[in-house]
Amino acid sequence: MSEQVSGLLTIGVLVLALAAVHVPLGDYLARVFTSDRDLAVERAFYRLCGVDPRSSQRWSRYAVSVGAFTVVSLVFLGALLMMQQHLPLARGASMDWHTAVNTSISFVTNTNWQSYAGESGASALVQTLGLAVQNFVSAAVGIAVAIALIRGLAARHTGTIGNFWVDLTRAVVRVLLPIAFVGAVVLLAGGVIQDLSAPQTISTITGGHQTIESGLVASQEAIKELGTNGGGYFNANSAHPFENPNAFTNLVEIFLILVIPFSLPRTYGRLVGDKRQGLAVVGFMAFLWTAMLVVITWAEQAASTSPTGAMEGKEVRLGVWASALFANSTTATSTGAVDSMHESYSPIGGGGALTNMLLGEITPGGVGSGLYGALVVAILAVFIAGLMVGRTPEILGKQVGRKEITYAALYTIVTPALVLVGTAAALVVSKAKAGMLATGPHGLSEMLYAYASASNNNGSAFAGLTADQPYLNLTLGACMLIGRFLPMFLVLALAGAFAAQHQRPTTEGTMPTHTPLFSGLMVGVALLVTGLTFLPALALGPLAEALS
Amino acid sequence: MSADRDEDTSEERARPAVEERGTSNLMRPAIENEGTTNTMSSLTTQAVESLPGALRKADPRHLVRQPVLFVVWISAVLTTVLACIHPSWFSFLVAIWLWATILFANLAESVAEGRGKAQADTLRKTRATATARRITYGGGEEEVPAAELKLDDRVVVEAGQVIPGDGDVVEGIATVDESAITGESAPVVREAGGDRCAVTGGTTVLSDRIVVRITARPGETFIDRMISLVEGAERQKTPNEIALGILLTVLTIIFLLAVATIPSLAGWNGPKPSVLVLVALLVCLIPTTIGALLSAIGIAGMDRLVQRNVLAMSGRAVEAAGDVSTLLLDKTGTITLGNRQAADIIVVGDGEASEVHRLAHLSSLADETPEGRSIVDWTADRLGTHHDSPSGATVVPFTAQTRMSGVDLPDGTQLRKGAAGSVCRLVRESGGAGADEAMAIADRVSADGGTPLVVSVGCEGGATDAVGVIHLKDVIKPGMVERFAQLRRMGIRTVMITGDNPLTAKAIADEAGVDDFLAEATPEDKMRLIRTEQEGGRLVAMTGDGTNDAPALAQADVGVAMNTGTSAAKEAGNMVDLDSDPTKLIDIVGIGKQLLITRGALTTFSIANDLAKYFAIIPAMFVAIYPGLDSLNIMRLHSSNSAILSAVIFNALIIVALIPLSLKGVRYRPLRADQMLARNILIYGLGGVIAPFIGIKIIDLIVQFLPGM
Amino acid sequence: MTTSSLTIGRQTLAALRIFLVLTVLVGVLYPAAVWGVGRVAFHDQATGSQVSVDGKVVGSSLLGQQWKGAQWFHGRDSASEYAGDVSGGSNLPATDKRQQDAVAAREKALAPLGGNPPPDALTMSASGLDPHISPAYARLQAPAVAKARGLQLAQVQRLIDDATKGRVAGFLGDERVNVLQLNLALQQLSGTK
Repeated sequence: MSEQVSGLLTIGVLVLALAAVHVPLGDYLARVFTSDRDLAVERAFYRLCGVDPRSSQRWSRYAVSVGAFTVVSLVFLGALLMMQQHLPLARGASMDWHTAVNTSISFVTNTNWQSYAGESGASALVQTLGLAVQNFVSAAVGIAVAIALIRGLAARHTGTIGNFWVDLTRAVVRVLLPIAFVGAVVLLAGGVIQDLSAPQTISTITGGHQTIESGLVASQEAIKELGTNGGGYFNANSAHPFENPNAFTNLVEIFLILVIPFSLPRTYGRLVGDKRQGLAVVGFMAFLWTAMLVVITWAEQAASTSPTGAMEGKEVRLGVWASALFANSTTATSTGAVDSMHESYSPIGGGGALTNMLLGEITPGGVGSGLYGALVVAILAVFIAGLMVGRTPEILGKQVGRKEITYAALYTIVTPALVLVGTAAALVVSKAKAGMLATGPHGLSEMLYAYASASNNNGSAFAGLTADQPYLNLTLGACMLIGRFLPMFLVLALAGAFAAQHQRPTTEGTMPTHTPLFSGLMVGVALLVTGLTFLPALALGPLAEALS
Repeated sequence: MSADRDEDTSEERARPAVEERGTSNLMRPAIENEGTTNTMSSLTTQAVESLPGALRKADPRHLVRQPVLFVVWISAVLTTVLACIHPSWFSFLVAIWLWATILFANLAESVAEGRGKAQADTLRKTRATATARRITYGGGEEEVPAAELKLDDRVVVEAGQVIPGDGDVVEGIATVDESAITGESAPVVREAGGDRCAVTGGTTVLSDRIVVRITARPGETFIDRMISLVEGAERQKTPNEIALGILLTVLTIIFLLAVATIPSLAGWNGPKPSVLVLVALLVCLIPTTIGALLSAIGIAGMDRLVQRNVLAMSGRAVEAAGDVSTLLLDKTGTITLGNRQAADIIVVGDGEASEVHRLAHLSSLADETPEGRSIVDWTADRLGTHHDSPSGATVVPFTAQTRMSGVDLPDGTQLRKGAAGSVCRLVRESGGAGADEAMAIADRVSADGGTPLVVSVGCEGGATDAVGVIHLKDVIKPGMVERFAQLRRMGIRTVMITGDNPLTAKAIADEAGVDDFLAEATPEDKMRLIRTEQEGGRLVAMTGDGTNDAPALAQADVGVAMNTGTSAAKEAGNMVDLDSDPTKLIDIVGIGKQLLITRGALTTFSIANDLAKYFAIIPAMFVAIYPGLDSLNIMRLHSSNSAILSAVIFNALIIVALIPLSLKGVRYRPLRADQMLARNILIYGLGGVIAPFIGIKIIDLIVQFLPGM
Repeated sequence: MTTSSLTIGRQTLAALRIFLVLTVLVGVLYPAAVWGVGRVAFHDQATGSQVSVDGKVVGSSLLGQQWKGAQWFHGRDSASEYAGDVSGGSNLPATDKRQQDAVAAREKALAPLGGNPPPDALTMSASGLDPHISPAYARLQAPAVAKARGLQLAQVQRLIDDATKGRVAGFLGDERVNVLQLNLALQQLSGTK
């Protein structure tokens, strides 16, 4: 079997699995977030936490809840990281304050950018009790906000968008936890470790020594992918054999990365009462995901015919195709886990991964964040194209007026502004430049990738950049924090604005948002906005490198 | 120009109504009557005439309200300064073309405003600086300047005098020439009380004497408002325009960032591009095209309404018209011709048809109503002759009590014609025959949507027999059925409003093809219907003229008051139709849609243009650092300088090229939304991507011969 | 108490409580449950797929090792020399001079083996712990290993064939040879000879 056939079959199996699962999972998610009944364990939760699960919040209160939860998360995780050397299972792990600030922001924002090395920088206790917990809850926050936006669109003049505490709890208890458990057991069976004993130093048969690491990896690996987090237990992330032992676990991990983001459009379609709406969004996501997969795979495949091949930074057990598939999926979502080193990719291959992030990670994007990002693109598409059918633009019967377009436009501008300003500033700060590995146009790509990854909450890196220094830790931390929560609050405001509106009936004169044409329009808007914003930067980075 | 044909067809649509009223549209200014051939040349003339205005608008205080153009202004100033410090052909050429961009942008607005000004001048001529004869407390009269009139003053106006201000007639009846505002040469009757009491300042009383109670302060009269509306002096940005403005501003900020960060990104590995080039790139990227044309599109939209003799009180109303999803249409005058016509006469009992026709003919001879005349005509056709009223016959006029009319012939024969119930009661009371049968026929006629009139014949003191039933029918205006089908395709629901009973209403509704009807409608019913529709998220448009229409007009999203209506109705609505043609509501919806489509199409075009500009400027800018980027120069432009200048020139010229389209509006076709979307995306999206590649290449072919290229 | 009466302080209090409860659930109970499954059903995998010789752990079948000397098959170059307590790759792109130099150096080092070295022989892995090499790279090394050990080339090549693993489920990933297992088999063959 040739590499191409193997690669295409792998992609085919993945796509079939996603196609099969997204319908029942999407429907299940829709039921989870509309059900009137609480599980016994959830009732106990609500009593314990003093939450009235039946009260629905206005967007501002929902946002306050998100904010309060974030602050608590940041403080708790930051403290845990700063104190880890005094806690059990430390084994010498400790962190600088600026690294701790960066790391706690990174995990709370679902970015999982790591300027520390997992093996030496974070203790087993911190990994499990701090980082893995954020893998769950940061993902749940994303899902909750996406559901809130859908509720706003579906609401009939109610003004409220649901209860954050209930959404958060249900996302964790009913969605992430069961799937992660199954995923963890599958990965465990595939060879991912789950062990709390101390790392073992062994003597090899040649008389050398090697450390065999330990840790609760399987449980963390599953949620790392499922929650599109991406923070590796080990420095090499999913390239590490203990995180990703073989091509089967590799495929399972890619599946886990994509399964919720590709199912949420179905949930959206269900909740707004028109499955075709979800189909249009998933069509948009799938088209760009496929297109970028073609670009990255083609670039790497082309590079692999050169004498040195494309195997630098890739594992033999995975090969070029599966690595490219992983790279495309991890950057098209907000995951950022890597099973190969993106910086060693060909200019266009690495540039493709970069472009996925610059698109705003909406193809299909992070859990929740991908859907709300895609819906903002839909709103922009509706606004511009909607005028062309001669009506005030509306989406699902909700007008896109002054308020709505303000929120959507600001949403669109936040991450590009962070990326461009962050990169431009770092390239003139000598302390930041000192951390760079690459030179020439690839150096620009390296820095651009870092700020694109942080601002879009991806977390993958052109890892040649030595980011564990105050300037980069703090500016990237700021990008992660602003890049996560400013758009999120704008989305909640948008949800509130939609929820306050009457729903207009659909007529022949309404611009349809469920057609392939509309999916195509979304593709056009996403590409145009990203292209126009980043073409100069991409020309000076990946394109210049590729064309020289 | 494709838009011209649209103008023509819509004019045709409006024509039947206009002809019916025998109007000539004086309001349509000279520009409108120029036909299709010399449109471009007259636009050029207008453009030249508007140049001084455009120059005045280059004032930064004016531009600061439009962020996109303000950025261009700053860029132009900056390049001019740079060109002076480091003079070169290239820098001067870029500076000149940036100023040209601003000039062209302002030209669009000036031309649009210029059209309005021409109309305002026509109006201003008619605004007489007349004196008014005010009635004093003592009952005497005093002469005061019209400008000093206060609310509730009473003034006397006699034949040949100009009415000094807006008001209601409180005493007397007069014929008034309103051609000054409506263009209608036929005088109209204005009388105290009822729905025809409103008079407009500036119109002339032709006969008789009336006393008018002033209802508008000087300076706030209808004509004043019209002048400021067509001039665009009080033009406020509409909600959608504001929303689009926000998007354009945010896009400008994104491009500002993209360009401002280039020095750092490029400087990391080589020389930074010059400020001049960066400024040129910025101006090319920000949405100057739509930014420049946005206000012109809005003004032109209002203007298109004015050309159809409709005055919109706000741009918001025009936009809302595009969004309308329910149209409330009065049956009479809008859907049907104003009156019913005889369609058949059914014989009661076993009489001779021709005899019944003759009796019906005789009974209607004195009936001067349109219905009566239609009976005379119909029967005359059947009888082959037109009888005259027999001498000595006594006309029995219609009264609300008897609900019948007729004639008493000299031989004592009494012919009666009237509502079925009344005539049949008369027949029964007199012991005559055919009452039951006539009632049955009448019910059948009603069920078919017709109006039955029963004809009876009898003699003084003797029995009266029912002899026939006249079937009066509403006649649907020609072309209405097609238009309702068209509206349905556009997703607009039509509701017919009528005072008829539900049976009659349903029959007419079915025949006309409207979606729904409201029978036996009272003003309260109308109001309730509007509220229900609005609660369902639908925008409602309606026409009205009476005082009792006022609340509904105010409640409707688009309320078009007839100019013949009361001032209360005119106050309540947000548009006034000077032709008082209810059918025009359908045109108004089209104009509203056209306005939005034009805005969306030019926005799409403007943004899509940027792709080609990048392909022109990026290789030009960076090829010095990375020679490999020359392969992005897919247009194979002559040199870096010529590429940048060509993009800047294209960016300026495209504004001029699109002024006619923004003024005429993108052609609106009544298509389903998805068809229209596909079509417009193809033309303005794909076209917007491709056109500049061609345009810039052509400009480059010329520009390369300039010095410094 | 309704949510609408909660002040920001109360929201924070709710946040704190819910955070702690969730931490217990997904930070303690969940990993413990997975750990339990590992203990019971997948003990070998859970503890790192260790490889023992004579009851002594000599490595993990998932981790590559540093091999020195001509008598062993060599794995790929590792940025961390297979220390095990660190992981990662070179991060160098093909366009980088340093990478081009490194590849040239490897080419030079492999030149005595003759033939064209496959891409994995000239590059570093992503993890620095890649346990595999391509069958082509193993075959390239076979003559030298056979010579150093005094074995017949055919014997060594049979070992390679035995150690070559096909794609998972027939289509996933690449064909590969686990260097540790190959070398253990080699040692066994040498020992029994």
